[in-house]
Amino acid sequence: MDFMMHSEQQNQLEPTQAPVERHSHNQWNPYVDNGGTSLIIAGKDFVLVASDARQSVGYNINTRYDPKAYELSNKTVLATSVCSADAKRLCEVLEQRAQLYYHKHERQISTQALAQQLSNTLYSRRMFPYYVFPLLGGIDAEGKGAAYSYDAIGNMERVTYKAFGSASALVQPFLDNQIGMKNQRGAEGERMLTREEALRLAIDSFTGAAERDIYTGDWLDIFIIDAAGVHKETRELKHD
Amino acid sequence: MDPITLRLPHTVQRPQELTSYGPTTRTTQPIVTGTSVVAFKYKDGIIMAADCLGSYGSLARFRNEKRLTQVGEKTLLGVSGDISDYQYLQHKLEDMITHEYDMDDGQSLGTKSVYKYLSNIMYGRRNKFDPLWNAYVVGGIDNGEKVLGFVDMYATTYSSDTIATGFGSHLAQPILRRRVEGRTEQITEEEALEILDECMRVLFYRDCRTFNKLRRAKVTAQGVEISEPYSLETNWDFAEDIVGYGA
Repeated sequence: MDFMMHSEQQNQLEPTQAPVERHSHNQWNPYVDNGGTSLIIAGKDFVLVASDARQSVGYNINTRYDPKAYELSNKTVLATSVCSADAKRLCEVLEQRAQLYYHKHERQISTQALAQQLSNTLYSRRMFPYYVFPLLGGIDAEGKGAAYSYDAIGNMERVTYKAFGSASALVQPFLDNQIGMKNQRGAEGERMLTREEALRLAIDSFTGAAERDIYTGDWLDIFIIDAAGVHKETRELKHD
Repeated sequence: MDPITLRLPHTVQRPQELTSYGPTTRTTQPIVTGTSVVAFKYKDGIIMAADCLGSYGSLARFRNEKRLTQVGEKTLLGVSGDISDYQYLQHKLEDMITHEYDMDDGQSLGTKSVYKYLSNIMYGRRNKFDPLWNAYVVGGIDNGEKVLGFVDMYATTYSSDTIATGFGSHLAQPILRRRVEGRTEQITEEEALEILDECMRVLFYRDCRTFNKLRRAKVTAQGVEISEPYSLETNWDFAEDIVGYGA
C-alpha cells in the first residue's frame, strides 16, 4: 500500500504528458496522519520515553489528550506516532503477545525479546503496513537502558536517542547537537546523560517543538524506566 | 418437477460475462448522508444534538431521520455520514445487546464496551478497504464516569470534553472550546441547552446540508433521554441588506 501514500503525486502530470486512462480505479486511502511527536533517550541504567498528547487531523485538533505512549509492562514503554488508529491497535497486539509469553513461559518477556517481537509484528504487515513509527524503551539483560527505533515495516535499530513524528525534523537535530555531540570540535562522541539531564533535554525538546510545530502541543507524557519500574509524569505544553 | 432441473437460489449460475465483468465494487462515496453531530460533557452528564435530515447529495431527501439513538441502557449514539451504513450498524448493535441480554447474568454493556465494539468494527472494515462511511459520537456514563468518544471511517478514535463531527468540527468546535472546555462541571442543564442551540443555529446558518428540525439528547445518572424534534428561532433580517449576488 506504499504507493497510496503518494497518490497526490501520482495524479500530477508533466506538462508534456497526455492524460492516460487508468484501468484500475482509484482506491480509498485508509491512512490518516494524526501528527504528534515521540522521543526516546537511553541512559546508563534508565531510559526516558516522551510523547505529546495532541491528536489532530489537518488544521483541526481532535483532542488535547490522547496518549501516544503506552506502558506495555512494568519495564517497557512503547511510544508511537503518525496514524493513531494503527498505533492503538499495534499496542493492543503487542500487549497481547507479551501477555501470551508470560502465560507460556511463566516469566515476563525481556526487553530484547519484546523489541524483536515488535519488529516481527510490523513486518507481518509488510504488504499493508501499520502506519506507525514506534520507539520502544526498556531495561536490557545487563540492566542498561535500552532504546529501540523502528520504521513502519519493522526495520529495527538500537539507539541511544531518537525522535519521531511531526516535529522529528526539529527535535532530532537538537538531540544530535546536545547528546550526539555531532560535528563539534573537541567533542568526545556521544554523551551518557544523567536522569536529570535527559529530563531537561526532553522537556526543552518538546517546548521547542510545540512553539514551531502546530501538530505538537497540549500535554507531554514522560516515562522514566529503571530497575525499579516505570515512573510517569504528565506536564503541560502550549495549548494553542 | 424434475428433481435434476431444480435449482436452489444459491446454486443458480450467473452468466460468465456478468460475474467477471468489472472490478469488485465497494463504498467509494456516501449516498444518503447526515451532517454534523455536536456533543459535550456538562455537570449532569453528556448532551448531544443532530438534525433530522438525510441528504441525497444537495437534495434534502429524507426529512425525518433519527440520528441520535440509545444503545443498551445508558449509552447514546450520534451518527453523521452514510445513513444506510448506520442502519446496518444499528442492526449489529441490536444483535450485540440482545446477545448480552440472553446471557441473563444481570449485567448490561457499559458505554466503554459499546464504544470499543464500534471502534473494532470500524477498524476491521477499514482494513478490508470497505469502510462504513460514518463518524460516530458515543456518549454515556460508565460506572459513574462520563464517557464521550468519537470514531470515524478510518477508525480514528479519541475522547474529549467536546466533540463535533463534519462541518461542526469547523463551526461548532470553536464555540464549544470557548464555552465548555475546562468548565464542564459548572455547566448546568439550562446553560448546556443554550450552548447547544447556539452551535446548532450557527450550523443551520452556514452549513447547506442542515435542516431546522433537530433533536437533542442527554445521558445522566437517570438514563438516556432523546427529545422530540424541535426548531430553532432564526433571524434573517440581515438578508435585506445584502447587495449583489443578483439580489
